[in-house]
Amino acid sequence: MAASQADYKDRQFIAVIGDEDSVTGLLLAGIGHVTNPPDSQKNFLVVDGKTETSAIEAAFESFTTQRKDIGIVLINQHVADKIRYRIDTYTAAFPTILEIPSKEHPYDPEKDSVLRRVRRLFGE
Amino acid sequence: MSGAGDREAVFPTRQSLGIMKAKLKGAETGHNLLKRKSEALTKRFREITRRIDEAKRKMGRVMQIAAFSLAEVTYAVGGDIGYQVQESAKSARFRLRTKQENVSGVFLPAFESYLTEGNNDFGLTGLGKGGQQVQRCRETYARAVETLVELASLQTAFVILDEVIKVVNRRVNAIEHVIIPRTENTIKYINSELDELDREEFYRLKKVAGKKQRDVAAADAEMKAKKIAEATKPYQESVEPVIDAAPADILATGEDDDVIF
Repeated sequence: MAASQADYKDRQFIAVIGDEDSVTGLLLAGIGHVTNPPDSQKNFLVVDGKTETSAIEAAFESFTTQRKDIGIVLINQHVADKIRYRIDTYTAAFPTILEIPSKEHPYDPEKDSVLRRVRRLFGE
Repeated sequence: MSGAGDREAVFPTRQSLGIMKAKLKGAETGHNLLKRKSEALTKRFREITRRIDEAKRKMGRVMQIAAFSLAEVTYAVGGDIGYQVQESAKSARFRLRTKQENVSGVFLPAFESYLTEGNNDFGLTGLGKGGQQVQRCRETYARAVETLVELASLQTAFVILDEVIKVVNRRVNAIEHVIIPRTENTIKYINSELDELDREEFYRLKKVAGKKQRDVAAADAEMKAKKIAEATKPYQESVEPVIDAAPADILATGEDDDVIF
């Protein structure tokens, strides 16, 4: 049911999985964070044409389940499409998955997992 | 009668009837309260859904503007700054704070963004040229992230509310369709059993009364007979000498009581 206090009080970062432009822009806004060495973990992943789907999945896994300091995971919609089955089955409240449009790929509300749930609930 | 419908395994006593009645009352009160809670949550849920829809559209526009300002930066700086930015990111300036909001006993977390002071990882970005564009781009993206954070809190609230509403509705339905009919059935069963016991008891009492009456009647008859017997004995004894004296008198008196020995 409702998440307990301990579940989200430490979540203070925003993570990004996206193409280079989206990540650069969001980093410029100041969301980038690298944890202290030795296990310096970045909270962003740049996806280009050569990035393996497994790498995206691993990053998604790490941001959503392993790290406890991330409150929101932003993911480009075209990247989300590659791991769509993972996102559609993701139901936890924390961290929140948010699909964002990218420069080359216009935003399609029909694909968004949350908006689809909204539509389904209201029978549209 | 007792086998009809689903009921709880209780002994049909007055005490359990009282318990069942209290239970039914409790279930009805609980049902009303939960129904109202569910309605309040659903209202909130619809509002959030509408806001999500709006925010998603707004996000589309904001991200477009932000992407454009990044393109301006690329043009002004004259090269790709992506690598430099990614390498110089160290500590988040833009952070989240979570707070709670209570809607009918459900805690909905909401994100709030804040900027930490005094750390700027990108001081050198755009130092050569395009510094202004970089600055503007940062501001645009900061606004975009704020929109995203707002959307994220709505979405979290949506997910949690969705779940809570499902649970509450399940409870409402369980009470309405399982617990209340079952308790009513149990009450009906106990009542019918108690009535049955009452009838049985009444019949038994009637039987006992009948038996007693019969016994009393029999005793009365016996007493009467004894009395009569006693009454006739001295009469006969006293009559005997009279027979000698006047034998014709017996016939003359005509109707005589039957003599029962």
